[in-house]
Amino acid sequence: MNDAYIVGVDMIKFGRFPEKTVPEIGAESALLALDDCGLTIQDMQALYCGNLGQASAMVGQRLLQQIGQTGIPVVNVSNACATGATAFREAWASVKAGLYDCVLAVGVEQMGKGLLGGSGGATGISKEGLLGSGTMPAVFAEAGMEHTNLYGTTFEQFAKVSVKNHHHSTMNPKAMYQIETPLDTVMNSEMISYPNTKLMCSVNVDGSAAAVICSEEKAKELGLMKRAVKVRASVLTSDPWQERDLVMPDVNSCTRKASAEAYEMAGLGPDEIDLVELHDCFATAEILHYENLGLCEKGEAGKLIDDGEVELGGRIPVNVSGGLLSKGHPLGATGIANIYEVTTHLRGEAGQRQVEGARIGMTHVIGLGSACGIHILEKT
Amino acid sequence: MSNQPLPVVEYLKIPENGNPYLEGYKCGACGATYLGQRSVCSKCGARDQMSAINLPNEGTLYSYCIVHRSFPGVEVPYVSAIVDLADGTAIKGNLINIEPDPEVISFGMPVEVVFDDALGRKDKEGNSYLSYFFQPKND
Repeated sequence: MNDAYIVGVDMIKFGRFPEKTVPEIGAESALLALDDCGLTIQDMQALYCGNLGQASAMVGQRLLQQIGQTGIPVVNVSNACATGATAFREAWASVKAGLYDCVLAVGVEQMGKGLLGGSGGATGISKEGLLGSGTMPAVFAEAGMEHTNLYGTTFEQFAKVSVKNHHHSTMNPKAMYQIETPLDTVMNSEMISYPNTKLMCSVNVDGSAAAVICSEEKAKELGLMKRAVKVRASVLTSDPWQERDLVMPDVNSCTRKASAEAYEMAGLGPDEIDLVELHDCFATAEILHYENLGLCEKGEAGKLIDDGEVELGGRIPVNVSGGLLSKGHPLGATGIANIYEVTTHLRGEAGQRQVEGARIGMTHVIGLGSACGIHILEKT
Repeated sequence: MSNQPLPVVEYLKIPENGNPYLEGYKCGACGATYLGQRSVCSKCGARDQMSAINLPNEGTLYSYCIVHRSFPGVEVPYVSAIVDLADGTAIKGNLINIEPDPEVISFGMPVEVVFDDALGRKDKEGNSYLSYFFQPKND
């Protein structure tokens, strides 16, 4: 099978752009990714476009109407918060299969402000606050409190995740925020759903990210191998049956399954990973994924954050971009933005937040409902 | 408009005579239980092996959160709880008659299912609803 390489990748600085259309926001990162490798839209043989909010509105085609209508196949992808990773994976798969040798993947989202989730229902009455809460901060608070029940993880340990990621984002000019948030600030910010305070919830932002994927042969032919990053593993899972599925959306078992498959596909283990960008949609979620991704033993996640092992400079830095908590979480773009982050480190181009000597990195996203996308990338 | 309250969810049953109860479906092949009617088991894939069961009215608290910010019109704070019923079926709802305080709420605490009006909520036709809640069970 062909090996597939990322030859161009970029993201726009995340922010709020109500004056722009979704295709306009997506087009910006598409052009940046093309510029990153010096290719043009005429070189692209297919577009895989991830977006959630306008999933039925042909965002990929409208994006090409902005930057070049070459008549290539466009696949519009929607898979909750795993949308971007799914679009990237479809692009990767097309190259692996030998169908194409140079393709573009874009993830883009324009978000409103406020709470996501919550049960509505077309008939009857609203169930929100009647049969518990379906809001995302509550759902992930319950997932975190399950960890508290099993392992005694504390509110303070969850809050430390947010302190760390906000600190990392001060070194990332493309993050939404560059603001230090000390522990007492995080713990004393507005309580949304205990134990998640406002500063422990990801930021709703607009954004886009894009990647150009080539076969090895094509990358060599184009002279692009120097900055190319190899895709060692690409895995997508759905949630295998769990006993509490119907009342607790499961982000754990699909991640454990995906990470096991990704390590097997890459032929390596967690101890060989130099940095991880994982799905910290809420501070509680990041703690769960330390264990789900095998970064520590079961029940050790609280200790991992206490010991500083997941900070920049620690044993296994996690979310040095600032993560969804501070970089921001434009749903459909997130899965490619984290690929941009890891690629940038593997290229040694991450500036102040560079993970020194990074050779292999992992990206992880979760779409609630559930989908898990994991990629393992390697410096060439 | 109905003179009687309607069930808040399909799996809350209100018999003509007798007490309301929660109805589950149990797979005859693998024993997995579900809230509400279905014909195929998503655990083992068996078809047409499902039979209705009355779910028990007691269980234990598995996880929870305390909701302080919700949508407009929803009274906060309240406790959103995941309960394991005595037969192992997991169910979500509001935990009531307890302080919304992590110092007071404990994992594994016994709770019982109680049925009451759906916090005064009515649908567009003006129908009232019967809902279920959890409350601490004192032996």
